Amino acid sequence: MSKLTDLVSARRTWAWPYVLFLVLFVVLPLLLIFYYAFSTPGGDFTIQNFVKFFHTSEAVNTLIYSMAIAFITTVICLLLGYPAAYIMAMAEFKTPQVMALLFILPMWINFLLRTIATVELFHMFGLPLGEGALLFGMCYDYLPFMIYPIYNTLQKMDRSLIEAAQDLGADKTNVFTKVILPLSVPGIYSGIVMVFMPTVSTFAIAELLTHNKITLFGSLIQRSFGEGGIAMWNYGAALSLIMLVIIAATSFFDQERDHDAQKGGLL
Amino acid sequence: MTNDYIIEVNHVSKQFEDGKYALDDVSLQVKKGEFVTILGPSGCGKTTLLRCIAGFQVASSGYILLKGEDVTSTPPYKRPVNTVFQKYALFPHLNVFDNVAFGLKMKKMEPETIVRKVKAALKMANLTGYEDREVDTLSGGQQQRVAIARAIVNEPEVLLLDEPLSALDLKMRHDMQIELKELHDQLGITFIYVTHDQEEALTLSDRVVVMSEGKIQQIGTPTDIYNEPQNCFVADFIGESNILSARMIKDKKVEFCGKVFDCIDEGFGENEPVDIVIRPEDIYVWDKAQEKRGQIVGQEDDDAEDRVPKGKFTRWYGEVQSCIFKGVHYEIRALTPDGYEFLIQDYHEYLPGTEIGMLVKPEDIQVMKKEHDIYNYFDGEIVKNGKVRFLGADWDVDEKQLESYNVGDEVRVGVKFRDVELQDYEEEGTLSGEVHFILYKGNHYHLTILTDDGDTLFVNTNDVWDDGDRVGVTIAPDHIYLMSREQQRQIEDEDRDE
Repeated sequence: MSKLTDLVSARRTWAWPYVLFLVLFVVLPLLLIFYYAFSTPGGDFTIQNFVKFFHTSEAVNTLIYSMAIAFITTVICLLLGYPAAYIMAMAEFKTPQVMALLFILPMWINFLLRTIATVELFHMFGLPLGEGALLFGMCYDYLPFMIYPIYNTLQKMDRSLIEAAQDLGADKTNVFTKVILPLSVPGIYSGIVMVFMPTVSTFAIAELLTHNKITLFGSLIQRSFGEGGIAMWNYGAALSLIMLVIIAATSFFDQERDHDAQKGGLL
Repeated sequence: MTNDYIIEVNHVSKQFEDGKYALDDVSLQVKKGEFVTILGPSGCGKTTLLRCIAGFQVASSGYILLKGEDVTSTPPYKRPVNTVFQKYALFPHLNVFDNVAFGLKMKKMEPETIVRKVKAALKMANLTGYEDREVDTLSGGQQQRVAIARAIVNEPEVLLLDEPLSALDLKMRHDMQIELKELHDQLGITFIYVTHDQEEALTLSDRVVVMSEGKIQQIGTPTDIYNEPQNCFVADFIGESNILSARMIKDKKVEFCGKVFDCIDEGFGENEPVDIVIRPEDIYVWDKAQEKRGQIVGQEDDDAEDRVPKGKFTRWYGEVQSCIFKGVHYEIRALTPDGYEFLIQDYHEYLPGTEIGMLVKPEDIQVMKKEHDIYNYFDGEIVKNGKVRFLGADWDVDEKQLESYNVGDEVRVGVKFRDVELQDYEEEGTLSGEVHFILYKGNHYHLTILTDDGDTLFVNTNDVWDDGDRVGVTIAPDHIYLMSREQQRQIEDEDRDE
């Protein structure tokens, strides 16, 4: 009896379901991807899957194109998002929460539904689907992910720092470039990563908004698993691994920054 | 226009969006090189005044001259003043050197000049060798020094300091006070220093500006402020004091505690009610048992005879309630037979229960004009059901008084300070409010109540309340007096002749 109580009261006991979950749905799939990526359909070790990828110019081009689209999306989101976050955080709005809510409101609706709605909008206004529509849809979907972290850093910034800069002779431009912008860098980095990571691997938006005319890297992976049949799983796993490395690289970059920001962010 | 004032604040008011005045017709002149301290409790408007001078806030009315030039709405970055902020406001993304160099870089100075000036400023702030340190690795005191160096490196005409030492511990604060004073002497520039710490204000400044409720209560040298407070607020805020209601019999004669005392004040009306202040260290005491035929005689080892000044001074007597050793002196509380309590500081111990004699020199009685006397007066209106409306609430009134009025008539309402009753629970009151200011007047407390509508109400009571207590206000129907303005004037005159 007492053994049972000990078991229940021990904190580690409660961690077991999560550990199980992580093993089943994160670690195991990762190991499977590794296994498939480095093996033939027959189960022998090979690096042929990767060789195939680097020798298929279409696949490499798709990767480059996906990254370019993700990059452009991120830049547009930053250019649109920073001023929005700045206005919300700095302007003397009576209710900045209302504005923040309006920005977050579209996120209450599943992004697939939103994307389908966007397609309908394009049809309604007679606009062609394609690269432009794709960029529009991506920015529309991911803009809040850019605004939020930037808004957060700006919001938390000590206002007396702005006054201190003014006091020391900085005009509006200098206050922004010398104080506000450098101090919002951690937010910008988080925003970039939050937008870049999902956009580089997206495929549903591309399929819907371009009528499958543009293939992104995400679509390529999806097709390898979906349409290619079991024979293509190894190749698909290799593509997934390549994507994983790219995303890991960006988030590692972000963690470096986070560390810096913490160092510099404390007063 | 030429004069030696570097800053002139002229009739500046600052009204916030909610209609409250943070500054109410404030005027202040500061000479070049002066060390002026703006002193007051939190919320008195001192920081707002500083921010108006710095340019972070624009006055609603009035104007501010800097070296004779109107800067009322000049943006802060164009003003020849620099500020040391309360929480330092150092730039976390810059190291010590870049923080200090910020202002000089804004002025686009030569890099060599910047290096030279920054080094000099850091040396002055005792921070040589800290150039490359990140500011968040510094202690509170060091950050404070960086903030000072960052301000003085720009060689401002005026240095504004907003409670710069409030975040430091006591010992560090004392050290920094001395350093600031030395810095002021070295630089020879004007310092305007905001603080709520009266000791800091008295120690550091050439002149002290005491503020309360957005108004300047008194401007003067530290000794003036301490020895000759102009009103109860200043007397109570600065140092310990005995504040009593008194009556000016005629020039140089004042009555309190039922006795007439000589004083040195003139120019008050005959029989005018006044307030007096006596500092605890200005009261001479002796053991009444040692008194023989009116002569004050000391014990063999005591020199009471020499200590207590000779002459025809009015004496009064009381019984020691408590006597606490405070390090250098004893703090004695004595109660007179007619119920007045006095706070006395003396180097000798008098045990509780001892009958003591007290005496104060005429020049140590500070007489102040009374701001308000016995009655609260309000504008009121007769409403239905035998009630009168004032202070935004309906009050029951004695029926007899209502006979000569009709519903809708406007009246003056008088309520004696003593007749206002305070209730522990807001809901029990006809009106609710907050205890805003407490003054002990020897035998009662004089409270200022701020009602929720922002009106003030004065209350005399023997009950003990704390600053900020929420209270309900009630007034018995027979204690509400309805009158015309004419009658009010008569009552005021009668009180004087009483």
